[in-house]
Amino acid sequence: MEPLQPLQEFLPQVWFFILGLFLFLYVLLDGFDLGVGILSLTASSEERRSILMTSLGNVWDANETWLVLMGGALFGAFPLAYATILNALYIPAVIMVVGLILRAVSFEFRENAKNKLVWNVAFGVGSFLAALGQGFALGTVFEGIKVDEAGHFAGGVWDWLTWRSVLVALTLIQAYVLVGSTYLILKTTGDLQETHYKTATIATWTTLIGAIFITVSTPALSEQAREHLFNPPLLYIFGIIPLGGLLLIYLLLRSLQKREEVTPIVWTFLLFALSFIGLGFVIFPNIIPPSVTIYEAAAAPSSLVFMLTFVGFLIPILLAYNVYNYIVFRGKIVAAEH
Amino acid sequence: MAEILSNAVILSRLQFAITAIFHMLWPVLTTGMAIYLVIVEGLWLKTKNISYYHHARFWSKLYVLNFGLGVASGLPMAFQFGLNWAPFSEAVGDFFGTVLGFEGTMAFMLEASFLGIMLFGWERVPPLIHWLSTILVAFGANLSTFWILSANSWLQTPSGGEFINGKFVVQNYFAAIASPFMVNSFSHMFLATLETSLFVIGGISAWYIFQDRHKEFFAKSLQIVLIMALFVAPLQIFVGHLSAEQVYHYQPAKLAAMEAQWETIPAGSSAAWSVLAAPNNQLEKNEWEVKLPGLLSYLLELKPTLTEPVLGLKHWQRQDRPQMVGLIYYSFRIMIAIGLYFLGLMLVSVVEWLRGKLTDRKWLMVGWVIAAPLGYIAVECGWIVRCVGRQPWLVYGKMRTVEAASHLPVGEILFSLTGLTVMYVIFFGAALLFGSKIIRKGPDLELPAPQMGKVKFVPDSRPAEA
Ligand code: HDD
Ligand code: HEM
Ligand code: HEM
Repeated sequence: MEPLQPLQEFLPQVWFFILGLFLFLYVLLDGFDLGVGILSLTASSEERRSILMTSLGNVWDANETWLVLMGGALFGAFPLAYATILNALYIPAVIMVVGLILRAVSFEFRENAKNKLVWNVAFGVGSFLAALGQGFALGTVFEGIKVDEAGHFAGGVWDWLTWRSVLVALTLIQAYVLVGSTYLILKTTGDLQETHYKTATIATWTTLIGAIFITVSTPALSEQAREHLFNPPLLYIFGIIPLGGLLLIYLLLRSLQKREEVTPIVWTFLLFALSFIGLGFVIFPNIIPPSVTIYEAAAAPSSLVFMLTFVGFLIPILLAYNVYNYIVFRGKIVAAEH
Repeated sequence: MAEILSNAVILSRLQFAITAIFHMLWPVLTTGMAIYLVIVEGLWLKTKNISYYHHARFWSKLYVLNFGLGVASGLPMAFQFGLNWAPFSEAVGDFFGTVLGFEGTMAFMLEASFLGIMLFGWERVPPLIHWLSTILVAFGANLSTFWILSANSWLQTPSGGEFINGKFVVQNYFAAIASPFMVNSFSHMFLATLETSLFVIGGISAWYIFQDRHKEFFAKSLQIVLIMALFVAPLQIFVGHLSAEQVYHYQPAKLAAMEAQWETIPAGSSAAWSVLAAPNNQLEKNEWEVKLPGLLSYLLELKPTLTEPVLGLKHWQRQDRPQMVGLIYYSFRIMIAIGLYFLGLMLVSVVEWLRGKLTDRKWLMVGWVIAAPLGYIAVECGWIVRCVGRQPWLVYGKMRTVEAASHLPVGEILFSLTGLTVMYVIFFGAALLFGSKIIRKGPDLELPAPQMGKVKFVPDSRPAEA
């Protein structure tokens, strides 16, 4: 390959970072929506379920939109990756889309329905399916996608289904339940809050177990990951991340123990951030692991610049009005007075 | 049937058609009605008449229902290009993906973020900020129309770059965004969502007036609708006409299909406009036809005789022209008929209004109720003309639909196709059911105005929607 010009190297890196940011915000924010959705399946009364759903009413759509942004930006910045990854992940992506559709419509239908049972179930199951599809997708990307020389998908229909992708999917669901619980701790009071201190504690442990399995089996399995990770400087980073993770888990469990309200979600967010950074290091500089790099899959530099001019300038604004939305609706949800 | 089920390209097309047609049903109201909501809320702020506030609250109930379905059905659209049209995505992603990225960052996020405030924020932000949120939601929705029509217009008239080795290399992004069809098609679509929403609001209002329920309340919305329709209905026909002219210049094969014109009409002769026909693709002619002499020459060039020929379908090889001529021909005519019906209804209503009899004419109210679903039909017909008429090309003249489809196992597509179709059928029924429930329940005229005094620092005390 010819040596890359600085710009040809820099631009794809910037876009890799932006995509990572969108995906991170999606996983964090819609993560708690989906977590709350999954938890709603266990809600003990209609009133509780109403509170759960009210806590999402004003934010779920904006949160889901980060995924749409990620899709659009991936399409524009790395067309090859958009095409190949979605081809490889056809079935998980459809499961996710079906789940998200179910969730969105049951939100609106439930409000108008007399018999809420159907839509309650659809809401919970939709959230679960969306998380499941995402977990399989994440697991598969992590594992690697088989491509030909041109970077087109060359694997089979069921490539995405391996014991490791199942493991990643289960762990992601646990993580969503965790962040959903900590969000509910923040937004509710009394018994309902107490319930979610418990679910948060359980989910912390189950997530931890999953994460340990994934972390340990990553270098053990893939030769490339081993080469990539066990050389400085990544060696240090790969060493620090698990330690940082354990520290955060300790802080999280302690804050749950002490029945603090705000800190659990903060520690959880940091935990997500840490895992994401780890994930980023494992994948970079690939965009279709294990073989297609961001430089090979990138759109023309002029495209990347053009898109960056507008999108880059908009990112702070997007963040600002999302934050504003949270500020307007800060505080606890209380049950309706009858 | 077996042939269809075993052909991945046909299945992908079917899936795209079903998802697009289903998706299109909802944004129509969320883009058009948003403008109406901006207006009634503005009137409330200006006049302090609580009735306008009740209007805003009542119509936004229908609005949310549509919004949820719009978002839900939009998601598969966003991923479908990669899933089912991978070669297309790869070839044109530099431009097409960029535009979809813009749509997300500029439009969707704006809409989604301020929707929460618009729906639940009545008591949590000052009235002006609330109005601003409604305006931003409306702006976001229409911006989304702009970007998606820019993307789609580029498929019709690709510009701003070149296809090199099958990949579209952009030379000028602005030229690609502003492709020749863009201005007109966006205007036509913008007016289509507005017009459909107006006649939905008008139709529902008329239904109440017809039954003597909340007559005064709904007379008001009907009047607002009427004032807006006064401008929109004629303008839409004019812009539609311009759309047809641009098709005549840029996509003559589509025009031939819209007119079911098999033979070329030479320059210098007068061209008739066909009203009804039975196109037969096998025989390459119309089995029978009813024509208005001379009209087509007037429509296309405002002259009694043509200065340029109108090419007939037979001018192209079979594989280079659209196949479903009957579908295109009738979709086009249904759209026109609906446009004319809207215009006529508007005119008659204005006359009755001037005579002070608007709400007393039962037959007129029936006319409005009938109009409520027609806009949707016109919109779907318009898209059929546009997309089916573009065939066999996906990117007109550059990339064929067949080359653009992913090589997927048939089973995979059947899996998504059946899953989505089953869901869509159920959701369509449920949406009708719940929509009609909201309408039957009617507006809450007792609702007190939001208490703006205690806006600051209240906890999130939205009552849980039990
Ligand atoms: C209902 C609204 C609608 C919307 C918003 C669009 N289209 Fe369209 N499209 C159709 C309505 C439609 C259709 C009427 O459903 C078609 C025509 C025939 C068919 O099979 O589906 C279709 C077909 C169709 C197909 C499948 C090939 C075929 O015609 O058989 C593709 C790939 C596109 N279109 C591309 C687009 C793109 C890239 C759009 C946006 C930028 C777009 N269409 C907007
Ligand atoms: C093939 C083309 C299209 C694609 C890929 C597409 C994609 C999408 C997606 C992903 C969403 C959900 C966004 C969210 O989460 O808020 C959406 C919603 C929306 N779409 Fe489409 N769309 C297409 C056609 C159109 C057209 C032609 C219009 C024009 C009227 C339109 C108008 C909207 C609007 C206003 C929304 C906002 C949400 C809503 O009202 O429900 N779309 N679309
Ligand atoms: C009598 C008047 C009308 C005429 C002559 C007309 C003409 C056209 C033409 C020629 C197209 C195809 C454009 C293309 O392929 O590029 C089109 C598309 C379309 N029409 Fe119409 N139309 C009329 C009325 C309406 C009405 C009343 C509506 C809806 C309320 C509508 C909605 C649409 C839509 C949604 C499209 C596809 C998107 C677009 O091209 O903007 N039309 N129309």
